[in-house]
Amino acid sequence: MMSKITPRNDNVMMGLFAVAVLTMPIWLMPIGASYPDLMQKFAIFGIFAIGFNILFGLTGYLSFGHAAFLGVGSYTAVWSFKLLSMNVLPAVVFAVLVAGAFSFLIGFISLRRSGIYFSILTLAFAQMSYNLAYSVLTPITNGETGLQLAKSDPRVVDALFVEAGAGIPSTNFFGIAMSGYGGFYFCAILLIVGFYLSLRITRSPFGMMLKAIKSNQNRMSYTGLNTRPYALTAFVISGMYAGLAGSLLAVTDPLAGAERMQWTASGEVVLMTILGGVGTLIGPVLGAGIIKYFENIFSAFNESILTSIFSFLPDGLQDVVVSVVGLFVGEGWHLTLGLLFMIIVIYLPGGLVEGAQRIRTYATKKREKKSAASHQPQIAE
Amino acid sequence: MGILQVQDVNKSFGGLKALHNVNLDVEEGAVHAIIGPNGAGKSTLLNCFVGRLKPDTGSVMFDGTSLLGIAPHEINQAGVARVFQTPEIFGDLSLIENVMIPTLAKRDGAYTVNAWGRVDQAAEIRDKAEHILEDVGLAEKREMHANSLSRGDKRRLELAMCLVQEPKLLLLDEPTAGMSRADTNNTIDLLKRIGERGITKIVIEHDMHVVFSLASKISVLAQGTVIAEGAPEDIKGDPRVQEAYLGGAHL
Repeated sequence: MMSKITPRNDNVMMGLFAVAVLTMPIWLMPIGASYPDLMQKFAIFGIFAIGFNILFGLTGYLSFGHAAFLGVGSYTAVWSFKLLSMNVLPAVVFAVLVAGAFSFLIGFISLRRSGIYFSILTLAFAQMSYNLAYSVLTPITNGETGLQLAKSDPRVVDALFVEAGAGIPSTNFFGIAMSGYGGFYFCAILLIVGFYLSLRITRSPFGMMLKAIKSNQNRMSYTGLNTRPYALTAFVISGMYAGLAGSLLAVTDPLAGAERMQWTASGEVVLMTILGGVGTLIGPVLGAGIIKYFENIFSAFNESILTSIFSFLPDGLQDVVVSVVGLFVGEGWHLTLGLLFMIIVIYLPGGLVEGAQRIRTYATKKREKKSAASHQPQIAE
Repeated sequence: MGILQVQDVNKSFGGLKALHNVNLDVEEGAVHAIIGPNGAGKSTLLNCFVGRLKPDTGSVMFDGTSLLGIAPHEINQAGVARVFQTPEIFGDLSLIENVMIPTLAKRDGAYTVNAWGRVDQAAEIRDKAEHILEDVGLAEKREMHANSLSRGDKRRLELAMCLVQEPKLLLLDEPTAGMSRADTNNTIDLLKRIGERGITKIVIEHDMHVVFSLASKISVLAQGTVIAEGAPEDIKGDPRVQEAYLGGAHL
């Protein structure tokens, strides 16, 4: 059973979430994932997936082009670094605004259709943006090389306050460097803020309207609601989340390439959301974390590591086991992810969150049975 | 002057004339039944009232304003609610949410994005929804998912969703189609009870038992034209009606 929805319970959940995110460096240590580069990715793609879930999970529109907004966010942030300042605040703000405007445009057109046609339209727009970034828009995107910082960049705001140093300055938040743990905590705090906003949207009348649109759009229009502006608002909000995530990618590593907009990146966020649990609050964050973990940890396993893990086995057997397991790690991590994804979709359509709920229900039932059984003799007496 | 006035409405689909010079005058507070054989144009007429179809010519006036050329959600905001032939409900949401949504939708309409309030704190809206669920006899099932209801209960829920908006005009498209006799009688009782609220109702129905137990006025539609109109007693004995229904055969 889900616990009752009250502001109090939500605050408790928020608190637990914040603590869990901020203590990641501690509890991720045993599984070898507690280095800032990876934890930043957890937070950034968590934000991306939370935003995507507002559109897909709440409103029921499956966008296959959200990576376009991620890319737009990255480019905007890098341009902000080049033209204005290495401070990340304007970069993040501009990235969110530009991604919002861009998603308004694409959403306005794509939302004229629903279902698979909507998905295809968003995919088409994203691929178009990707190809434009490689060709016509090269002056803005720097094509295949990707947009990078240069020493000769104007940085007009920075130029007013500080003397130009010898090399390219690094991104900072009012002096706090955005590499390493500084960057991680910056992303982590924005993840917590993003999670809180999505929680409030889910609990609000607006969120309820979105759920109703997902459930039965036809009924909704005969119930006095103009569904298109609502769906468009959800689209823009999720586009802004994607823009924020894109800008954070640039904050932690100040360059932007067109491959960020490719359809595989759009597909990845769909996988994250489904893996964790569509329409749940925590699911998308969970899914993002797992996929990024697999991508970075499983892909790093190689034959010598496996050989040492299975060294306790007799020689002949060890070779067989290593060659079989080897298929699933290293280059083959996609295979593991694919299998995991298949298992989830077939057996747990609600994602990992549904799995956790089932385990909890099972455990409470078992406990109740046990206590009922121990009470029985007393009643008999 | 009735609350809904339909004048000279024509509607064709390709070569087929679905509605031919239809006139209708629905009085405030009445239960106006529209009956007729299959393909007579009943549903087409109803679709013209809610903005799903636009008549080729003619006018539909509701409470002094034209309903033509405005979107379904605006027609609902003006005070027209509709129960569909197959219940249109929010299947994967709970009953209480199903009945809270219409109130919220009516309040926020299209242009208020209320993203900071909390639905779980909206006690007034919840109370209202619970009252309506009690009225239609679904109060104990309020936390259930709407999909798990029986067909009869789904209709009852849809009716509650319309009633909670306090509409001026309620359109019922075959409210008892596919129901057992017992469920049909329950629905008749329910509709009679809500009749006391003074909501004007237009009922499209095949089941004569339902029509004659509810209607205060009946219009008979055949091949897109109104062939008879009047009080139930008059309609019962009208030879034209018998001809339309039975193709001229004598009983």
